[in-house]
Amino acid sequence: MIPENQAAVPVTKAAVSPRLWLAALLPLVLLAGLVTLIVTTAPGDSLRGTSAPPVERLAIDRVQLRADGIELSVLNDGPDEVTIAQVLVDDAYWAFEADGGTVLGHLGSTRLRIPYPWVEGEAHLVKILTSTGTPFEYEIPVALRSPEPDARYLLTFALIGLYVGVIPVALGLLWFPLASRLGRTGLDVLLAITLGLLIFLLVDTTSEGLEGAAELPSSFQGVALFFAAAAGAWLTLDLVGGWLRARRARVAGSSPGAVLALLIAVGIGLHNFGEGLAIGAAFALGEAALGTLLIIGFTLHNTTEGLAIIAPIAKDKPRLATLVMLGLIGGLPTIGGAWLGGLVYSPIIAVLCLGLGAGAIGQVVGQISRQMTGGPGAIRQFATAPIVFGLFAGFIVMYATGMLVG
Amino acid sequence: MISFTRRSWLRLAGLGTAAGAGLLSARRLFGQEPLSSSSSGTHAHAAHAMGPVGRVDPAGFNPTVFLRAWNFSDLPADERARYYRETPRPDGSLLREYQLVAVDREIEIAPGIFFPAWTFNGQVPGPTLRATVGDRVRVTFLNQGSHPHTIHFHGWHPPEMDGSMPEHQVLPGDRFVYEFDAEPFGMHLYHCHSVPLKRHIHKGLYGVFIVDPKQARPPADELVMVMNGFDTNFDSDNEVYAVNTVANHYVHEPVRVEVGRLTRIYVVNLTEFDLINSLHLHAMFFDVFRTGTSTTPSESTDTIMLCQGERAILETRFRYPGKFMFHAHQSEFAELGWMGLFEAHGGRSDT
Repeated sequence: MIPENQAAVPVTKAAVSPRLWLAALLPLVLLAGLVTLIVTTAPGDSLRGTSAPPVERLAIDRVQLRADGIELSVLNDGPDEVTIAQVLVDDAYWAFEADGGTVLGHLGSTRLRIPYPWVEGEAHLVKILTSTGTPFEYEIPVALRSPEPDARYLLTFALIGLYVGVIPVALGLLWFPLASRLGRTGLDVLLAITLGLLIFLLVDTTSEGLEGAAELPSSFQGVALFFAAAAGAWLTLDLVGGWLRARRARVAGSSPGAVLALLIAVGIGLHNFGEGLAIGAAFALGEAALGTLLIIGFTLHNTTEGLAIIAPIAKDKPRLATLVMLGLIGGLPTIGGAWLGGLVYSPIIAVLCLGLGAGAIGQVVGQISRQMTGGPGAIRQFATAPIVFGLFAGFIVMYATGMLVG
Repeated sequence: MISFTRRSWLRLAGLGTAAGAGLLSARRLFGQEPLSSSSSGTHAHAAHAMGPVGRVDPAGFNPTVFLRAWNFSDLPADERARYYRETPRPDGSLLREYQLVAVDREIEIAPGIFFPAWTFNGQVPGPTLRATVGDRVRVTFLNQGSHPHTIHFHGWHPPEMDGSMPEHQVLPGDRFVYEFDAEPFGMHLYHCHSVPLKRHIHKGLYGVFIVDPKQARPPADELVMVMNGFDTNFDSDNEVYAVNTVANHYVHEPVRVEVGRLTRIYVVNLTEFDLINSLHLHAMFFDVFRTGTSTTPSESTDTIMLCQGERAILETRFRYPGKFMFHAHQSEFAELGWMGLFEAHGGRSDT
């Protein structure tokens, strides 16, 4: 690792001569030449033959039910061009209009509007036939009118978020007076409980994230996206945590527990954002027919999250405002998640958010473990700005080129 | 879609039993009421939305021409001579010589959907052959396809003309001459009998073979209808159904008929994968001559069910001018393309 101050030394700057620049650019120029060669000669085609049918892959990533029919967002996830020829609903050819045209290139998308008289509460099967007659299906398990973004709808989801995220976390914070009277062992137990809760959330978020990643169109490389988001959140929080600690150290009388509590709140907030996304999407798609029971379950479950936030600062004397702020950081994102999930649900955003949540929780788990055992972990070596930048630059190059492959 | 993996866990934990009073109002808020005011507006829009979108390229196979074409009557005289020739024989009957060529060809079976078909003479169904009982039929078969094929005719013929056994296979590039006397009179068919049978037939190698009785049937407006289906993704289930190949063709281009004139329909079921198919004619009844082997109708009905390979001749007269729907009475087939219209012209007739 090159210390930052070295970059400012004139001698180093002079060393970056035009020749060195040329040496740096040469591989890129040669690569461009190679790509041109491959494109012009197409060596793969000699294996595939000219009459081979195209590789067709369509992903239907969002279905909305309107008063006047069904709306489908369709993405071409395959390498070859796909032409949408016909649309069937429940095994019947049906009229449709394509907002983005019917010929889709790699990663091209369109929106199909089908004036089909769907039946509330029943299941429907939408099928797209391409010009080669290849079908792509999407099942609507329970047909319910898709929400339109009006004030009442936003309020409904805000209330769901409040019930599921904000209030339970706040209720958990009410245990603060009790926690502050605990002795050394009691505090350790409390921290261990927190750790257990967080590890559960970590496993849960990871499994939901990977499940979602598996269902993403393969061009989006869901698993890679999930782990990148997780690593990003982990390292960024470590970086921010270190910075906060350094700042706090200069202010007399502040404890490292406050930073940890903040980090836990952020981690839980990100997790709850992902949870809100899932709830919003489920309501929007009519999956959460058991809505009330589901909300009660999540509410009780999330009360423990408040407990996790206060554990590190149980021995401090935080102001009420600090507690409220921590509660809001942990709980409020549920509302944002529910809005986003209910209105513009996108499986890609869901996977990204769950990845962020998993990384944030993982970071907090690491923090608490370190606080309990003492001593910094190896991960601290990586949480520096240049290395984080390098890691992400490398990842983005792989991700973007992976997207080209389809 | 991310499902609720935790839902079951929460339910198991029995947490749902602790329903708080403060949450009871949630049912109203989260219930279906605000999100699904009504879907009744849908029905008005959808009344005429059924059926495939767009039209099939008219430069390809034309089902309207196919209806009334046999012995290549749709071709100009010079071109027709290449595929069909008739020579009088001493006993007054005819020697009818045909040339059928198996070729692979992509055909448009519904607007924008292209099916990699195996065809006789580039069309599905293959050309309709028509002879009079007692005529000599000589069919020169050229296989220009990519697989072995045969022509298996229904009707009386010696076993070596059956085009069904392993030794009857005509390899790509080869030819074979089928020769037999046309009998019995009736509505017959021909199809490839190479294996796998299902694939060779459903890919398009079939056609109609009509044998007229010596005493010709009464003059009529005659129509050939082949009920068929296409499995576009090869999962042994048809994605497109039709009469004469093109889904919904006769909805856009109704079959024009004359009020009061005898209309005769030669219908055969060549659908694969589904055991039966049917034809239902709206607002009318017709006489049925099963397999066409009798000149006395066996029944009068408005819906006829035919097994794979089964066929019948239907006769009726339109009483009223206007449009009459006809389609498979399997609603599934009708909604997948087997739907059409007759359009009757002329004055009212009570015959």
